[in-house]
Amino acid sequence: MKVPQSWLRDFVPIDLDVEELANVFADLGLEVDGVQHVGEGLEGIVVAEVLDVRKHPDADRICLVDVDLGDGEALQIACGASNMTAGDMIPLATIGTTMPNGMEIAARKMRGEMSNGMLCSPSEIGLGDVTDGILILPAGTELGVSLTEALEIAPDVIWDLDILPNRPDALSIVGVARDLSARLGLPMNVGDPKVSETGSDATSMASVEILDPDLCGRFVARVLSGVTIGESPQWMAQRLAAAGMRPINNVVDVSNYVMLELGQPNHTYDLAKVAGQTLRVRRATEGEAIETLDGVTRILHSSDGVIADGNNRAIGIAGVMGGASTEISDSTEDVLVELAWWDPMSIAVSASTLNLHSEASLRFKRGCDPEIAPFAARRFGELLAETGGSSLHPGVIDEFGNLPSREPVHVRPERVNLVLGTELSADGMANLIEPIGFTTTQSGNDLSDALTVQIPSWRHDSTAEVDVIEEIGRMYGLDRIPKTVPTSPRGGSLGPRQQALRALRRSFVGAGLSEAMPLPFLAPGDLEKCGLSAEGYVVANPLAAEESVLRTSLRPGLLASVAYNAARRINGVRLFELGRVFGAADVIVDISDSAERGVVLAGEREMAAAVLCGSEAPEAVELLDGLLDVLRVGPLILVPEELPGLHPGRSARIEVAGIGVGSVGEVDPGVLDSFEINERVSWLEIDLSIVLSIPTSVVRAQPVSRYPSSDVDLAFVIDDRIPAASLLATIRGASEGLAESVDLFDVFVSRGLGEGKRSLAYRIRFQAPDRTLKDKEVARLREGIIAEVESVHGATLRA
Amino acid sequence: MTSPVVSEAEELVRSGIERVSAADALDDLTELQTELLGKKSRLNAMRAALKDATPEDRKTLGRALNVSRTELERSLTDRRAILTEQVRRAALDAEQLDLTESLGRVRVGHVHPITQTWERLEDVFVGMGFSVEDGPEVETDWFNFEALNLPPSHPARSLWDTLYLDSSEIPGVAPEQLVLRTHTSPVQVRTMMRAVRENSGPPIYVVCPGRVYRRDTADATHLPVFHQIEGLVVDEGITMGDLSGTIEEFTKAYFGESLTSRLRPSFFPFTEPSAEVDISQPDGSWLEVGGCGMVHPNVLRYAGLDPERWTGFAFGFGIDRLAYIRHGVADLRDLVTNDMRFLEQF
Repeated sequence: MKVPQSWLRDFVPIDLDVEELANVFADLGLEVDGVQHVGEGLEGIVVAEVLDVRKHPDADRICLVDVDLGDGEALQIACGASNMTAGDMIPLATIGTTMPNGMEIAARKMRGEMSNGMLCSPSEIGLGDVTDGILILPAGTELGVSLTEALEIAPDVIWDLDILPNRPDALSIVGVARDLSARLGLPMNVGDPKVSETGSDATSMASVEILDPDLCGRFVARVLSGVTIGESPQWMAQRLAAAGMRPINNVVDVSNYVMLELGQPNHTYDLAKVAGQTLRVRRATEGEAIETLDGVTRILHSSDGVIADGNNRAIGIAGVMGGASTEISDSTEDVLVELAWWDPMSIAVSASTLNLHSEASLRFKRGCDPEIAPFAARRFGELLAETGGSSLHPGVIDEFGNLPSREPVHVRPERVNLVLGTELSADGMANLIEPIGFTTTQSGNDLSDALTVQIPSWRHDSTAEVDVIEEIGRMYGLDRIPKTVPTSPRGGSLGPRQQALRALRRSFVGAGLSEAMPLPFLAPGDLEKCGLSAEGYVVANPLAAEESVLRTSLRPGLLASVAYNAARRINGVRLFELGRVFGAADVIVDISDSAERGVVLAGEREMAAAVLCGSEAPEAVELLDGLLDVLRVGPLILVPEELPGLHPGRSARIEVAGIGVGSVGEVDPGVLDSFEINERVSWLEIDLSIVLSIPTSVVRAQPVSRYPSSDVDLAFVIDDRIPAASLLATIRGASEGLAESVDLFDVFVSRGLGEGKRSLAYRIRFQAPDRTLKDKEVARLREGIIAEVESVHGATLRA
Repeated sequence: MTSPVVSEAEELVRSGIERVSAADALDDLTELQTELLGKKSRLNAMRAALKDATPEDRKTLGRALNVSRTELERSLTDRRAILTEQVRRAALDAEQLDLTESLGRVRVGHVHPITQTWERLEDVFVGMGFSVEDGPEVETDWFNFEALNLPPSHPARSLWDTLYLDSSEIPGVAPEQLVLRTHTSPVQVRTMMRAVRENSGPPIYVVCPGRVYRRDTADATHLPVFHQIEGLVVDEGITMGDLSGTIEEFTKAYFGESLTSRLRPSFFPFTEPSAEVDISQPDGSWLEVGGCGMVHPNVLRYAGLDPERWTGFAFGFGIDRLAYIRHGVADLRDLVTNDMRFLEQF
């Protein structure tokens, strides 16, 4: 909310510099989003009259404007806006002027045409947010005088405050002033509207019926006559503009002014146009139509509230927007002004289903002060008498529905100190909150004697002890509470999961992979593009279709990252990701049963995956082997299998302890084509949800043999279909536990070996833990291995 | 008077040493050694001739010949050492490399900057006695909102732009029952409920880092997916002063001893009193890093704890925010495109 400091000073005599006041606001929980100085740096801007407006001969978007500064001379200005016509009075920044934003005005050529100054929009001179048109001054503004003189502009500071949802009262100037008065110990003066009342009694002119008391807690109406619709005086127009509202006419402006000042939204009716001069508050019937003030016909729901006339026809949407049929016009004689209290929840629903959010609905849905309405009505009368010459009829129509009860709240001073960590006395607490309208009485003088606290009518957010504790803390100053550090009875630690993730991450990084973090959202079709089945959870309300599917695999994100780099000629990318995927196969348990609320989507899994570009499947297998070692699970079993989206001849399912835990291999070249990736990409993926649940034990150290080792190299010619892993197992099995290592060091394919055969060469290092192996022993082991491999696999020793 | 034998031996030594010193190849040195000390050497012949001398001469002259031999051997050894070193050195010199000829064969992996910040935060809090918890990213409405004192249609729900899962195909699940969690706060509730169920607390001192989602378009300053770290302490007698002190301790541990924190009143439905956490900056301004507050009695109640007995505080910081401030990342989208040129900077 934009709060002009001059307006605050109408109620509380603050006299702080900007920095001090900013700190006070912050400390009160009124967050400062911005500070704007207005009315400064306007010297050199004068009132000029438009003589002629014409197109620039060489630029469509520029107008050439001749203006008169009062000396009768036509001065040519080039201007981007075109909302003015001959005879308009406008502000002109003359040559040599430094604008509030620091820009210096100089004579210059624009596309060959001279511009001898600049015409100003409201925002350029700090009078509101309008940027797309030149400020048109009231007709009759004196020509040639300075703008500050013509508009009676005084320097001011505009505070842009971020008002929290639990502070409905602070959506008004007086609410903000009340906080400042309490914190600074300054007197608060809300004043008393001075308005004389004449004419017949309002209660004889109009009537109000609340048919739905849950919708409307209070409906105050008064009648005014004799208003002359016209422009508001400068002081009011400027205040509204400074507060971010565009001045319209004196009636609308007074309405807005009262809302901003007192937080009471209000609405005016041309009483003659209200059938039966009767206002009936009820819910809309489903499908009921109404044309609102903006000229749009809207279809209502039964949850919306309406104000209907004597013919039961809706003439306004409660708390959201008025209707077109009763709008004030030049011919209006009697004005009825409505100042109501609407049920916040109803207005929240209405504003949201109708998508009509306004300053009024914002205040109603946060909750207004139900007791301010009669005062606000008189303030309305006072202001419109001044700006529109109206008179106020005596008599107040004041109907009540159901208002929230305001039971006193019992506050235990001991509890206050317990929650806040303060050592305040009960009196001290009372003294903190009384200036903001909370009244207190205490049954005794002890800290254990409860304070009975009456909540002010403008703080309907406060209903419980803890709400009052919060206010005591706020007014005391959260920063004044002594800082203490509680001690955890247990030492802190990472859990096994976090430790495992860190170990994995270290291993990936050690293998030269960098960590990727793509967005987990996919577009429809992304999964198919990766050769994966398209069953992912779908977001019900995505902002964009490209982000509507939840990933079921880390593969689309990683391949998209590879493709992004490839498109920038970055090849050989090696990336890994640790993240969650959301499986479609597993269905949620019944969440309506509170006992089961601890269980959510079984389909959410923690995965680790990696892509190695320019690399073939065996490298991914080696990496996988290392990772499983780090996680201390194994042995790794590869089950060759055609897996969706992976190369059919170069992929395998990973099994650990008999459970499938992921896949490894190469990405299907067809998939790579669709991503426009031109190098092989090997792949691995581990389901950590499973792997991390496999029980592991602490590594037990195996002693390293102190005796010499002997190496034997053996190359076997073996059928292609027999996996190297089987051969390895046979070699190990025949080694009598004396093979310290068996390493494949050469794979050789040649026609000479025979069709469908290859040579696998192993270096076997024999070593005994307790002795030096004799040559004869090694020779015997060698012969045994050869015989076993030949008989089990039909392989032959390569000479 | 010097014996002619001795004179000759001295001459042999003098000329031998001269030739050894002049030798500039190991092969030459080997030849010299054979010539000077081998079987057919003059020295050897002179020793053989001693057998005809008197026993007394044999003793004196023999000693003189031994000395000559020793001197020649030493000179050969010394020269061989020098030549060997020269050869070794020449071989190494021939292998000289320009060490700045980098072919980029070794690639070091890089941990994502968000993870680096995440782990730093975990480490700081572990050091302060917190343990680390986590929870699901797809949450039920109950955990994400209701148990956090945000009943259905509570106006404050609009503070979060929530993404809902389409649950129309899932039997028994009403629309808008499954959300992509909008904050890590549901982990608070899960942690308290588990402590109650397993009778393992309070006291509870946990942090819960994790990924959260908002219905937001990715641009330079927003991402629809980001990360938070949530803290929760529940015990007997926990106060707002404890919250303030814990935040201050964290500030010093994470940001540095010279910086300080302040709490500014704010509003969150699940804490009361609530506050924003600001950290002082070297230039005197304040940087907003997150929110905090005393756990609302209703939240304790939902989790099965008696708010009259237990009080607690909670706080939450944006991990990404701390990461991009720390590293000066100007466009947040760089954090999710995985451009190697970006990732390899960290």
